[in-house]
Amino acid sequence: MSGTAAGPAERAAVGRRPRPKLRPERLRELSLLAVIGVSVLVFSQLVDNYLSGSFFNRVTTSMAITAVLAAAQTIVILTRNIDLSVGSIVGVTAYVTGEYLAAHQTTAPVLAVGLAMLMGCVLGLLNGTLVAYGRVPSIIVTLGTLAIYRTWLIDHARSRTITADSLPQWLVEFPQRTVVSFGGLDIRLVLTVAVVVILVLQLALGRLRWGRWVYAVGSNPDAARQEGLPTERITLGAFAMCGALSGLAGFMFLSRFGTITVAAGQGLELASVAAAVVGGVSILGGSGTLVGALLGALLIDLLELSLVRVPEISVFWRDAVLGALILLAIAGDFAIGKRLRRFWTSPPRHSSKPPEREATTDA
Amino acid sequence: MRDRVLRWRTELLLAAILLGVVAVNVSLSPFYLRTGNFVNMFQLSIEKAIVAVIMTLVIINGEIDLSVASVMGFSAAVMAALHEGGSVPFAVAVLVALLAGAGAGLLHGLFVARMGLPSLVVTIAGLIGFRGAARILVGDRSIGDFPEWFDRLGQDPLVGRFSLAFIIFVVGIVAAGVVLQRTAFGRAVYVIGNNAKVARYSGISVDRVKLVLLTTSGFVAGLAGVLFAARLGSVRGNLAEGFELDIITMVLLGGVSIFGGSGTLVGVALSILIILNLRSGLGLANIQATTQTGIIGALLIASVLVPNLVDRFGRWRRRSGPAAMPPPASSDTAAGEVRPVVTDPNRTAHRG
Repeated sequence: MSGTAAGPAERAAVGRRPRPKLRPERLRELSLLAVIGVSVLVFSQLVDNYLSGSFFNRVTTSMAITAVLAAAQTIVILTRNIDLSVGSIVGVTAYVTGEYLAAHQTTAPVLAVGLAMLMGCVLGLLNGTLVAYGRVPSIIVTLGTLAIYRTWLIDHARSRTITADSLPQWLVEFPQRTVVSFGGLDIRLVLTVAVVVILVLQLALGRLRWGRWVYAVGSNPDAARQEGLPTERITLGAFAMCGALSGLAGFMFLSRFGTITVAAGQGLELASVAAAVVGGVSILGGSGTLVGALLGALLIDLLELSLVRVPEISVFWRDAVLGALILLAIAGDFAIGKRLRRFWTSPPRHSSKPPEREATTDA
Repeated sequence: MRDRVLRWRTELLLAAILLGVVAVNVSLSPFYLRTGNFVNMFQLSIEKAIVAVIMTLVIINGEIDLSVASVMGFSAAVMAALHEGGSVPFAVAVLVALLAGAGAGLLHGLFVARMGLPSLVVTIAGLIGFRGAARILVGDRSIGDFPEWFDRLGQDPLVGRFSLAFIIFVVGIVAAGVVLQRTAFGRAVYVIGNNAKVARYSGISVDRVKLVLLTTSGFVAGLAGVLFAARLGSVRGNLAEGFELDIITMVLLGGVSIFGGSGTLVGVALSILIILNLRSGLGLANIQATTQTGIIGALLIASVLVPNLVDRFGRWRRRSGPAAMPPPASSDTAAGEVRPVVTDPNRTAHRG
């Protein structure tokens, strides 16, 4: 399934020929939107007063963090790697930023965000260096740093907790900041930041040379290397970007919860992988979009927060449903995607030369 | 002789590390080398060690099973829920729990082998889903009051000083070693891990091997969950949560390539001993459990990074050295040809 139809690299190779309008990724995103719509409809029948402004706000605030992390994870997965340390990076950046702000109340907000992202970037660079230049498989590196970053945090914190009342007022109010408001529906600033960041990065991945390289490295690392792409630098960059975004998520985490213990962000690594996978990002690299990851995060958080409100279902059902959902998503992707990909990668009618290989021969 | 040294390079390195750790520990406490201490040390992580054995086979096969800890929790929860229901004899509850574990593994196996989905994703779904199933069954209660024979089986030694779990571990690792090194199935496991396509073309039923391994993995995880419940004397929804990382660390530290196709159970046995002794020694030195986890994480990275750097340095020295220089005879410089496993980019296609 490697080298799937994601194909920016393939398309680039074929040239600027008009393609079918609806690509597999788009279809995936649309079907996710449909699933989200259906779930909202179903839940609105099951739960009284479901479609309220406050619930919308709760979902979008919670989703912003997951979505940024899912995007971070996606960039790394696109290069055929994985970053299991994002949860620990969120914990470290949230804690240290909170500590700094508690000591320096007058810090400008931009500086605080910058600090969190810079710290995350450094931790990501460490991961990336070990993966790209040390040639240690990413799952080993990040399994190790997952433990190491957390250990550092625990040693550093000495069981002190960051509390909301020690933080500057603007930070505590940050999650409630609203950009625009329609009736009861507020578009919160955190959501806006998350969506804008993801859209900008998606554009960069699709349009910039660096973005194409990321897809190329993930589709076929050997080919990318033989083509002369700086594969090590690309991988390093992906990890650094993942770290920086995790730092941003750490800042959001800090502002949302206010109270930060040494366990902050634990388990977010799996949530981010799950959101990316539900969003149609191939775990084998080279295929998937950040918008898909965003929608995956939305679906997961929507289900989590909605299931809690269904009176017949106990809160314990959440994880079971989530696991089944992920299986369903990948199995559905497999069943539909295989046919679609064959259709999309079949030789185009106007091209004189067939594509070099069928993408899904060994799926 | 040199060939043999090179072939067992990882294991020799691990044995050296183990000796070092034990030596330091002995210097920290004169009572360290007592059998009692040794048995205790094993007892605290025996369930993880049992699962690590089957995980080794799964990873050599080129797959991974992240769901093991959740399946442990799930099968223990099945047992506890049946016991609480009170309608079946306890032995039946245990049996059903073991079958539930195998069933969970079979489910993963079907998705991986029949549909060709990556096991990493399938078992992440299993990790989340079966933990959820355990929570549904147990809720936020703690179910205990198991029959006395069951608790005793988990807590007291069965033969001499050794508990049932320890005996299962030893029998399991020996049996798995024999299967892996001496049977056609074992060879198939390696061949598939090396190159699944080649294996398929040479007539190995790749799907069946994967299905068998993942089902066994579920069964063993279920067994470990039941043993853990017996040792603890009660079952909660979060039983064994987070164990998967420790288990995978045990396997990877043992020199098993995450891309499949290489690694031995000897290496894994050594790495289990290293981790147990290291934790025990760090405990003697009053270092907290959380810090121990960090140190083991660093050791995990170093165990792959250091050989890689040695290889690179060797290659660099050969390339920049005078052309007339005879090929170096020392084992570390020649190792570049012997163990390209981790650096071989072709293998990355099968990242676990």
